Amino acid sequence: MSATVRSGAEAGLVSCGTCDLLSRPAQARAVQPGHCPRCGSELEWRRRDSIQRTWALLIAAAICYIPANILPVLRTNTVVSSDADTIMSGAVFLYTSGSWPLAVIVLVASVMIPLGKLVALAYLLITVQRGSVASNRDRARLYRLVEIIGRWSMLDVFVDTFTVALIQLQPLMSVEPGPGVVFFMAVVVLTMLAVESFDPRLIWDAGTNWQGRHA
Amino acid sequence: MILETIACPACDLLQQVPPLPPGGKARCPRCDETLGSRSADPLDRPLALTVAAAIVFIIANTQPLMDLSAVGRQASTTILGGAYEMWIQGQALTAIVVAFCVVIAPATYIAFMLTVLLAARRPPAPLWVGELLRWADVMKPWSMSEVMMLGILVALVKIAELATVSPGIGMYAVGLLVVLLPAIMVNFDPAEVWKRVTWADAASRAAIAE
Repeated sequence: MSATVRSGAEAGLVSCGTCDLLSRPAQARAVQPGHCPRCGSELEWRRRDSIQRTWALLIAAAICYIPANILPVLRTNTVVSSDADTIMSGAVFLYTSGSWPLAVIVLVASVMIPLGKLVALAYLLITVQRGSVASNRDRARLYRLVEIIGRWSMLDVFVDTFTVALIQLQPLMSVEPGPGVVFFMAVVVLTMLAVESFDPRLIWDAGTNWQGRHA
Repeated sequence: MILETIACPACDLLQQVPPLPPGGKARCPRCDETLGSRSADPLDRPLALTVAAAIVFIIANTQPLMDLSAVGRQASTTILGGAYEMWIQGQALTAIVVAFCVVIAPATYIAFMLTVLLAARRPPAPLWVGELLRWADVMKPWSMSEVMMLGILVALVKIAELATVSPGIGMYAVGLLVVLLPAIMVNFDPAEVWKRVTWADAASRAAIAE
């Protein structure tokens, strides 16, 4: 490795987000670097309005997180009774019915992963906005972790969908979805979009002489 | 030895990557991002796996996932049947997202990969191959077959308290699909396709290659 560590942007080179080709834009310091000569995609120094977009999606997700946990996700109707289940009480039901490994899986996927994602993304955004240069490698690792495990929080939506699809034994017993499902799904989709709009290269831009255009 | 200069897609560090041996993997020294991996057979093996995935996907979507019997009554569901029931119950948005994540996204991924891999066999590949590859890549995080499978298993355990449930042919097909989809991703090397694609701007190819 060379003595001075340089980023592509510092050297006036832009890497294509689609095909990874490194190219030098016609105008070296252009705000819009143009199109990739190989695949024709629009080139960007950094993902557009990364910080703003990620914050907007993250705040929307945090708002949806509250009704997602308070409102029932499933309602079980039998001849004699009608029970509503939230995500938490669903996990508790699994625990009391003896399948604690599944209870742990549901708890991790539906409660800990979404909450962890919200906290992790907020932490990444705040440190990037402050121009932090500390523990870059750990923050990069955190981003990658959030990117990989985020999709697993969709688990509860699938559990609810297939429970509803199978238990339609009217009038003896039927299960219908509650309003919590759509909010919970919104949390998962919004956080996934937030992860995609965050640009991890911003973590490494702090302290370089390349002036970020996201400010 | 020809070193290829690239910028890490996750941290933008400029670096030179030597040609990788089959089965080799390159990581960014600064942020640990995987920069590329070379499979022993980057096009034919993923093609075989994609054909298999396409067949298994059709079975998974047409055959019942599971059958339920309780108090003398029978019920069964398919993947789309699950989404459709949510739609009927007034959860249209949930139904659409579920259908997207378990049917549309994986179907698009499989169909586009199949086209890309077939078209890349005879270089130069036309430019639209790159476009399809880009869309296949967009679908990847949204294709949630394995999450769905775990979800179905959790639902089965919950329902087992109330009724007798038995997995159907569709369930076994989903199990196979969950193995085949990551196998395509591991064996496929997008760089191999990009090497064969006709450049959008042919003049600058000469400029960069010099």
